[in-house]
Amino acid sequence: MTDKPDIQLPEDKPLEIAGRIYQSRLLVGTGKYHDLMETGHAIEASGAEIVTVAVRRTNLGQNPDEPNLLDVISPKTYTILPNTAGCYTAKDAVRTCKLARELLDGHDLVKLEVLGEHKTLYPNMPETLTAAEELIKDGFKVMVYCSDDPLLAMRLEEMGCVAIMPLGAPIGSGLGIQNRYNIRLIVENAKVPVLVDAGVGTASDATIAMELGCDGVLMNTAIAQAKDPIKMANAMRLAIEAGREAYLAGRMPKKLYASASSPIDGTFF
Amino acid sequence: MQVQVNGEAMELPNGVTIAALIDHLALTGKRVAVEVNEDIVPRSQHPEFTLNDGDRVELVHAIGGG
Repeated sequence: MTDKPDIQLPEDKPLEIAGRIYQSRLLVGTGKYHDLMETGHAIEASGAEIVTVAVRRTNLGQNPDEPNLLDVISPKTYTILPNTAGCYTAKDAVRTCKLARELLDGHDLVKLEVLGEHKTLYPNMPETLTAAEELIKDGFKVMVYCSDDPLLAMRLEEMGCVAIMPLGAPIGSGLGIQNRYNIRLIVENAKVPVLVDAGVGTASDATIAMELGCDGVLMNTAIAQAKDPIKMANAMRLAIEAGREAYLAGRMPKKLYASASSPIDGTFF
Repeated sequence: MQVQVNGEAMELPNGVTIAALIDHLALTGKRVAVEVNEDIVPRSQHPEFTLNDGDRVELVHAIGGG
């Protein structure tokens, strides 16, 4: 046996967000499904424990017997993560979070996202920083959707955000992780969980995020807009697990040329 | 008196409470959060909190989102 080089493997820490431990590293959204039944089945197949919701005006004059999302995705079973999607200012985001906290009986874990413009839905970081500061001061536990800038990620962590969630690519684009280097830098620097939020298109994208050392991935469209969302939810669950295992296992170094897998010794030709 | 509810003008009797408005809209027992003039009105205050002419009320709930 040749001596194995002394490689330090990454530590296998459980995913802990705001003092709570989660078994699943896949977080899922509830938008863009055909109906609530499909939403429920897909989320079950994903194995996710944290599920995002949006906060919107109640339809006045709606059928009172119409099922509600929170009847299907019960706060008793799932950790509900209200988002501030659609907010373009810190003020609107803070208002949305306060409404969400009231809606969920004081539950104060939120996903902050303040958008910059409609075409890319890229985060507006100055407004995000302002909103994060105000929310943290008000006692919220903030998981923050942000650009993949390592310095801003550190700043958000220093402010007290409980999770840093850089985009892999624009929301709903399915383009996959566009800047692996930045995501890796953010992971290396962070002491709070780093989750790729947005941009995943298929299972391999989720695996790549996990191989880079991310603590989890948050996705919505990749599952909801797959031809078979329930099958894709299951694929994503496996992809996250595979990526995590590969990260913990420590991949082989990349080489430019081949290295035979079968021994040369003992050949008879 | 006239009150804006989710952006729609609504004629309501003077001194109506949030709880009465929710009942009027057939939303009693539903999970909704209420804001009046951009301030949260906690659920525990719905029975006593009375609306005034010109108030802007928002009633929100959770829907699918990512």
